[in-house]
Amino acid sequence: MGKEGEELTEQETAIYDRQIRVWGVDAQRRLSKSHIFVSGLKGTVIEFCKNIVLAGVGSLMLNDDRLVTEELLSANFLVPSDENVTRGKSLAELCCESLKDFNPMVSVSVEKGDLANFDVEFFQKFDAVVISCCSLLTKKSVNAKCRKSPRRVAFYSVECRDSCGEIFVDLQNYSYSKKKNEETIECQLQYLSFEEAIAVPWRSLPRRTSKLYFAMRVIERFEELEKRNPQDVSAGDLPNVLKLRKELCEAQCMNESQIPDLLLQRLLAARVEFPPVCAIIGGVLGQEVIKAISGKGDPLKNFFLFDAMDGKGIIEDISNINN
Amino acid sequence: MASEEQLSAIKIDMDTIEVSNLNRQFLFRQKHVGQSKAKVAREAVLKFKPDIKITPYHANVKDPEFNVDFFKQFNVVLNGLDNLDARRHVNRLCLASGVPLVESGTTGFLGQVTVHVKGKTECYECQPKPAPKTYPVCTITSTPTKFVHCIVWAKDLLFAKLFGNKNQENDLNVRSTDASSSSEHTEDVFEHRVDEDVEQYGRRIFDHVFGYNIEVALRNEETWKNRNKPRPVYTRDALPPRPIEQNGNKDKASNTGDPSSVSAMASLGLKNPQDLWSLRENSEVFLEALRLFFLKREKEIGQLGFDKDDQLAVEFVTSAANIRATSFGIPLHSLFEAKGIAGNIVHAVATTNAIIAGLIVLEAMKVLQNDVKSYRMTYCLEHPSRKMLLMPVEPFEPNKSCYVCSETPLTLEINTHRSKLRDFVEKIVKAKLGMSLPLIMHGVALLYEVGDDLEEDEVANYAANLDKVLSELPSPVTGGTILTVEDLQQELKCSINIKHREEFDEEKEPDGMVLSGWTPALATEKNKTSDNGPSSSNASQTVPLEPEDDDEIEIILKDPEILSAGKKRKSTDISVAADSEISSVTGAMLTKSKVEADDSHSDVMVDGNLDTNKKKRVQ
Repeated sequence: MGKEGEELTEQETAIYDRQIRVWGVDAQRRLSKSHIFVSGLKGTVIEFCKNIVLAGVGSLMLNDDRLVTEELLSANFLVPSDENVTRGKSLAELCCESLKDFNPMVSVSVEKGDLANFDVEFFQKFDAVVISCCSLLTKKSVNAKCRKSPRRVAFYSVECRDSCGEIFVDLQNYSYSKKKNEETIECQLQYLSFEEAIAVPWRSLPRRTSKLYFAMRVIERFEELEKRNPQDVSAGDLPNVLKLRKELCEAQCMNESQIPDLLLQRLLAARVEFPPVCAIIGGVLGQEVIKAISGKGDPLKNFFLFDAMDGKGIIEDISNINN
Repeated sequence: MASEEQLSAIKIDMDTIEVSNLNRQFLFRQKHVGQSKAKVAREAVLKFKPDIKITPYHANVKDPEFNVDFFKQFNVVLNGLDNLDARRHVNRLCLASGVPLVESGTTGFLGQVTVHVKGKTECYECQPKPAPKTYPVCTITSTPTKFVHCIVWAKDLLFAKLFGNKNQENDLNVRSTDASSSSEHTEDVFEHRVDEDVEQYGRRIFDHVFGYNIEVALRNEETWKNRNKPRPVYTRDALPPRPIEQNGNKDKASNTGDPSSVSAMASLGLKNPQDLWSLRENSEVFLEALRLFFLKREKEIGQLGFDKDDQLAVEFVTSAANIRATSFGIPLHSLFEAKGIAGNIVHAVATTNAIIAGLIVLEAMKVLQNDVKSYRMTYCLEHPSRKMLLMPVEPFEPNKSCYVCSETPLTLEINTHRSKLRDFVEKIVKAKLGMSLPLIMHGVALLYEVGDDLEEDEVANYAANLDKVLSELPSPVTGGTILTVEDLQQELKCSINIKHREEFDEEKEPDGMVLSGWTPALATEKNKTSDNGPSSSNASQTVPLEPEDDDEIEIILKDPEILSAGKKRKSTDISVAADSEISSVTGAMLTKSKVEADDSHSDVMVDGNLDTNKKKRVQ
């Protein structure tokens, strides 16, 4: 990694001192030139935004036209709890004001509109795109648009349900260098798109693949079939979800016990976000985006799953075995 | 934390906000620099969570007001401390008050959260903590091989000699004068003579420490048989022939009123702290920094200690270490790097802090529900182990031979005819046992005590005792004596069996006494931080152990490989030293009174819980 561009300013050096000691000046410089897009501003994404704004990315664009409700604010520390301030403003607008204040050196802006309608030209302006709270269809299509961009756009999707969270990463063809025993080695990783990844036959996955991975697929499929809004499910849906689980498991030749009732029940029941889990998932996601932009460190491939019940934060590589 | 718990919380933090905190503190802004962390954090939290009660204390958690009774009002204590000393102190108060402790630490991408509940899990001190790295004196004074040796020399010897307390012992000339017959003469060398030009003085010091002293050391040929010989460096080699005489110009550049903004880099036009300086630049910085100390900060000379936030001190130490490194053929380092090594600076990023803060809250909630079976120690790793990036481990049981949470007597081997009570107090009671207000008894006879409420004659008595050797104390301490050492604030009491021993190995037992039965600090040499961070400076410490303000806590990390082999709970666990800090959650505590008094609140707290089937009310 040669030196590129201008030097960091004195102010940048002072504020970012402790993290430059972690990832170096070059990485900090790349970070300060990066452009990030996020959509779906619930607790986890808010945590993520906080992390990368503090870390000093170049710009951050926010997309979420929803108006503020009490439920949306349960894990949101960006929006002041004052109706006089929040009235009539979208979530993105409110978060934007706070984030600007976090770090004046980062340019934070709002893009209105439906995530599903943004095109390839729009996404290709960014180094990383992070989406949450959207339908399976939108997730697939945004991922596909990022892949069509002439320059690589790192794609991330993140969902938290109850005390569980999932991050998906698509860096396409990603090469990076790392140090091993004093030697710098070049590494190459091949990622699947979200659509390709979730199509990998379950029986071809290792036996000890996280149960949460399958449970998330069942709920996601349920929402799609029922044409629900993202995360608009409740405990009452359990019987139908269990039916769907049976169908999916039969089709995939997998034992239903791989997706415990209790786990599905928890994922369905959550109405309010769980802030500590948002902090954990938002922290891991922030770290991954920083890694991908700076080219430092092994990036996650390609799912990260966390369940506060057992406390494990697991990386699953969901790929075709031939790959 | 606040958005989860509708409880009242108390934050204790003695620190004020610094610019270098802003990269990971979403509660603090540029305009808050210099203000109390506890107070600003409270205001920031109230903005998005107005209904929570937070009491900020801008104070040191070791202050006597935070006694056992104070601790007893809480359901749980959450530590986000940055030093071993305070961690041990809070651990003892939690044990004494029976309040569960959630302990945490981070460095770079690594972090950990542990739970300590008296009688149920190990306490914070049940397992040995990695000791700060120390170096043999002769490596520092005569045979450095690494840059950190040069830093320690520059900081703890040269800087201390020139600007610190003159009465302090200093090994600067120890080895080099051995071979020289004129040891009396060298003592005067460092004195700034009354009518001596500061520029001239600087050059004289330079030539003495980098030139003459190296030549003297070279005379001892035995030393260099298997080593590369160092090269003396004199100002005449390092700098252009004529002294830089445009004093007028330089003074203009640095003629501001605030002595803390004085900088040699600024007056020499060096801008980027990441740049490597040439020998000439280092020499110029050295002379300029020394000159500026005498010109602009003369009043502080004689009482200065190294501080990583003191720009001029960092400049001086960097240049001196680099010039010495040149002599010994050691690669030079930038000011940025040197500052990290000298200041023992902890690497810290927002993401790890966020993850650890989340994990702290998860554990705190289990503690509040008394869900003992679910308690976990969780490690945040940089590289996955068995696919895990966040690795939970069941807490260990209390260590039966822990001198803090069990009542195991200790044994001290000491020369009772030669060691003074002061040595015992400093090297054992304070340094090893971590007591801050100790009381030492022999049977019913009080030998030593610290406190504000002592009578004058008592103070005089104890002061006199300090200078007596153990066997000549009013109540003589000899082989077979059992001493009781107690810290009333920490409510920690230990018995120490004294064994008299005549001789100690100077290199291996530099204290001149050996404490056993006590979980000793591990040497950092065994640590495995190297592949987890860009800098080895992390694990390095300096000769005298002097705590810096936001750095240097140790965390014990079980080796993932050992755990994955299923050999949990083996004492062979390898420990990884790491400096740590979680500043965003510094010393927060939840108050018990609130939980008990208000049912609806404890409901709220249990809501959104991990497992709806396992819901339990607090109590």
